Amino acid sequence: MVDQKIQIKHLDFYYGKFQALKEVNLSIPEREITAIIGPSGCGKSTLLRCLNRMNDLVSGAKVEGEVLIDGEDIYQPSTDLVRLRKKVGMVFQRPNPFPISIFDNIAYGPSIHRFAAKKELPGIVEKSLEAVGLWDALKGRLSEHALALSGEQQQRLCIARLLAVEADILLMDEPCSALDPIATERIEELMRKLQKNYTIVIVTHNMQQAARVSSRVAYFYLGELIEFGSTQRIFTTPLRQETEDYITGRFG
Amino acid sequence: MRKYYEFVVEGLIFISGIASIIFVLLIFIFLLKEGLMLFRQVGVFEFLFGEHWYPISEPPRLGILPLILGSLWVTFGATVISVPIGVACAIYIGEIAPGWLREILKAGVELLAAIPSIVLGFIGLVTLVPLVKKIFHLPTGLTALSGSIMLAFMAMPTIVSIMEDALNAVPRGYREGSVAMGATKWQTIRRIVLPSASSGIIAAVMLGIGRVIGETMAVMMITGNAAMIPKSFFQPVRTMTATIAAEMGETVQGSDHYFALFAIGIVLFAITFVVNLFADMSLHQKQARV
Ligand SMILES: Nc1ncnc2c1ncn2[C@@H]1O[C@H](COP(=O)(O)OP(=O)(O)OP(=O)(O)O)[C@@H](O)[C@H]1O
Ligand SMILES: [Mg+2]
Repeated sequence: MVDQKIQIKHLDFYYGKFQALKEVNLSIPEREITAIIGPSGCGKSTLLRCLNRMNDLVSGAKVEGEVLIDGEDIYQPSTDLVRLRKKVGMVFQRPNPFPISIFDNIAYGPSIHRFAAKKELPGIVEKSLEAVGLWDALKGRLSEHALALSGEQQQRLCIARLLAVEADILLMDEPCSALDPIATERIEELMRKLQKNYTIVIVTHNMQQAARVSSRVAYFYLGELIEFGSTQRIFTTPLRQETEDYITGRFG
Repeated sequence: MRKYYEFVVEGLIFISGIASIIFVLLIFIFLLKEGLMLFRQVGVFEFLFGEHWYPISEPPRLGILPLILGSLWVTFGATVISVPIGVACAIYIGEIAPGWLREILKAGVELLAAIPSIVLGFIGLVTLVPLVKKIFHLPTGLTALSGSIMLAFMAMPTIVSIMEDALNAVPRGYREGSVAMGATKWQTIRRIVLPSASSGIIAAVMLGIGRVIGETMAVMMITGNAAMIPKSFFQPVRTMTATIAAEMGETVQGSDHYFALFAIGIVLFAITFVVNLFADMSLHQKQARV
């Protein structure tokens, strides 16, 4: 039995009066890629943002239930948000490197969390860029502006800056939707490589992508978890008719 | 028929479009024509660096150094006061205040901008001036300091509203990315938001300063208008703008004094032009880079 890194129990989520997630129960295993799929507006992003409490920023949002990460409920009043978000990193749909140099993008995390001395930063930058396959291309250009990079490189940089703070869960919300197919393939390759050390939760609209990278799939519809299981089983023998309709493209 | 119509409309729009340029040129030419006449009689160096402004003595002495310094002192003082407060205010309004309070504060800033400068000057005259006199035990409260404080009130709305726009223009993704990494709100503001908005912030400050340099009514009422080289903020000073406003009505058209006032206008024009140019450059520098 694999370790459960994230356990979501009886999770209800409301934007004001609107209930965006209904009684979600889901266990996400450690060091695997779990894909969340479902039609637009079914609450995939909302669920992801519950896992690092980014939804706290939305006024009127309300959470009920539990989200355990490494056995600890992150919705306890005593939860240290800074520590939580250091551990649970997020990659956004549109690559959003900070408008500063490549080096400073990576150094930002270690410096806000004050766990690295200035002289350790170059080492951390190299290690992080190495891990996302950018080091060879960028080692001579570290002082350049991050926005000068290509979309794919920007997205890799955004992943690298999470590795620099030693995150161990990576939440990715449609990380490839702004990239071309070749870049997408290369990011997927990177994800497969990272899963040896990181727990990855990816939201995607692309069935092939879910099939290619993930080992587990959760299908959501209208805020409810319809089906969850190994990728192979979901794509070959879905138990629920709705799931089958969606993955075969027969869905609305 | 249709073709003519298009032609006429296009022509009208074109003329309106370049009208502003034409007006600026005309004003500039007129200013130069009148102002440069002075230098047939008085040397440029003597004019800019002469320490005495006695335009109606015989012979007149037309050195505007005291006036330039008066303007600079008051502007400098107003900048020192208004920039920190304005910047802090914009950060509070743009980044920290909850929605309802933000709206109230923005309305307040706009209201401040809407107060005519003569009204501000008048209020300053009856409230601030006596206060300055009393606190610092001065013979008069009509000082550079009073002028700086009043002008700071006028620069603030410009600084706050332009800087607030600059903060608003910072993409949400930057803030989200930073917060999602565990940065606190203040870390995010200081390390991500402010640097990304820096060119807009510089422009805001520059335009605020530009506003202060050109301001006339309020300074004329509360700075004391003594055309001496200022040695401290607690002395009366006279600015270039106040000089023009006060003396233009009394001068004989075509006299050296008259031309000198226009020449002061050229100096003012040059200063504000440079300040606005800097503001513009810092606004556009960012667009070029991204
Ligand atoms: N800030 C918000 N305030 C109110 N309602 C919201 C907010 N964000 C999302 N919603 C609503 O919650 C529901 C779920 O949104 P969510 O963004 O999680 O969907 P999603 O599955 O990620 O969709 P997509 O595939 O389009 O990204 C939607 O109906 C959406 O309209
Ligand atoms: Mg989404």
